[in-house]
Amino acid sequence: MCPAVGISTTVMNGLMLGIAVLFVQVCSSCTIALVKDYIHPRIRIPTYTLTIATWVTVIDLVLSAYAPVAYKAMGIFIKLIVAFAIITMRLEVFACKNTVGKSFWDGIGMGLGFMFGMVTLGFFRELLGMGTLLGHDVLGFRPLLFFALPLAGFFCVGFMMAVFNYVELVFNRMKKKAG
Amino acid sequence: MGRIKYHKAAGLGAILLAVLLLLATGCQSQHRFIKKTAFKGTKAIIITFAAPVDETWATDISNYRVYEKPDPDIQLKIGSIVLSNDGRTVTLHFEEALNQNQPHMVTMDNIMSEGKSVGSAFVKVKKLYLGVLFSVLIGAMLIHNFVFTKYLGLCVFFGTSQKKSTAVGMGITFTIVMVISAMMSWALYQFVLKPYHLDYLQIIVFIGLVSLSVQAVDTILRKINPMLFKAFGVYLVLVIANCIILAVPLILADNEYNAWESLMLALGAGLGFLVALFLMSSARERLELANVPPTYRGLPIAFVVAGLFALAFLGFSGMSLF
Repeated sequence: MCPAVGISTTVMNGLMLGIAVLFVQVCSSCTIALVKDYIHPRIRIPTYTLTIATWVTVIDLVLSAYAPVAYKAMGIFIKLIVAFAIITMRLEVFACKNTVGKSFWDGIGMGLGFMFGMVTLGFFRELLGMGTLLGHDVLGFRPLLFFALPLAGFFCVGFMMAVFNYVELVFNRMKKKAG
Repeated sequence: MGRIKYHKAAGLGAILLAVLLLLATGCQSQHRFIKKTAFKGTKAIIITFAAPVDETWATDISNYRVYEKPDPDIQLKIGSIVLSNDGRTVTLHFEEALNQNQPHMVTMDNIMSEGKSVGSAFVKVKKLYLGVLFSVLIGAMLIHNFVFTKYLGLCVFFGTSQKKSTAVGMGITFTIVMVISAMMSWALYQFVLKPYHLDYLQIIVFIGLVSLSVQAVDTILRKINPMLFKAFGVYLVLVIANCIILAVPLILADNEYNAWESLMLALGAGLGFLVALFLMSSARERLELANVPPTYRGLPIAFVVAGLFALAFLGFSGMSLF
């Protein structure tokens, strides 16, 4: 939840973090699915945490070597992927009970879902704040510079949740009318 | 009962703040024409004037006499003097490294400003270490508040800010665990990871250490003070899910803080989280009574309120204390 507010200022940042999370999710899902028979149930949570931490270290070092600019923009958030509850939860719920193949696709699905959310947020914030998309000028002017500020993430997430609630409300009303 | 507790805590905080402010501001007396003196690096002293000074005067070494306070007979040799472009800042470069633990006295004869003499000055240059510590504390607490300006720890922030009592309990528990785990990870990083060039393991080591210290606090509290455990035990689990507790050790490792600065940063991060939780829970208790549009009820309005708080905290940005 934290990076959704902090660094979804542009599509590119959202995409990069999405890719990092996708990578960590898929790799740790596969790792846990591979070794699930050897993990004692009582120490499973620390094992998950350490597995995730290892893969986060990998992506952290890779990004700092091959994409230093994006790495700088994301700062500490890359390292803090470790604390994402969603990844641990997926390992607990899915990967420790299923085969490697299934866990792989589950990880891809979860990662893509997160990436989609981040990119959508980044899309609106970049378009409204800077009038650009992926660095290219689209609108030619800056409609609401406010959205480019990092703190506008709070408002954006709030508005997005409200939109989802509205859609749900309308959907329920339609269902009621039909039924 | 609860109300009295808050008042006590607030009173104590105010006294502490006042004492710190006194300590930080009370120990500098300067000439009226000189705005600021400070050490720069290990071999230089910066003097800032209230108005531009003449270049011929400023760059003449014979106008300055510098010595360490305990032994006025030993004059320190100035290597070169640099005047900034706006003429207000003079940097004295010394040939040897300065002993910054001692205050230094600087005498300046006949300061010339815009052709006129404004008299001689005799000023003290010292490292305000307490000031540095205080600014680290206030910086972590307000200026770079982890929730409102760094956007960390949001899951726990939104989860536990519905009621004031929960918010305060979570804040206090978090501060305690934060200080303990940050100091442990600082020591481990400085004395084990860095000497053996194992820096790349920091994420794994820190997360292990954090979970370990939470578990330790849990066990110790359960045995020593069951009453306290009953009050705060529930929040201990949530502490691990908070990314601030991992962010602080990483920041400490990146910035190479020393032990006291690390303690202050950890304390500031914890107190800042407490402040944020308290403010947010106060606002959310009022929101319960407000007429919020149905689509915004619950989390969406909480996010918007947090955004407004963040806007307010933006007012602290760029502020520097010392």
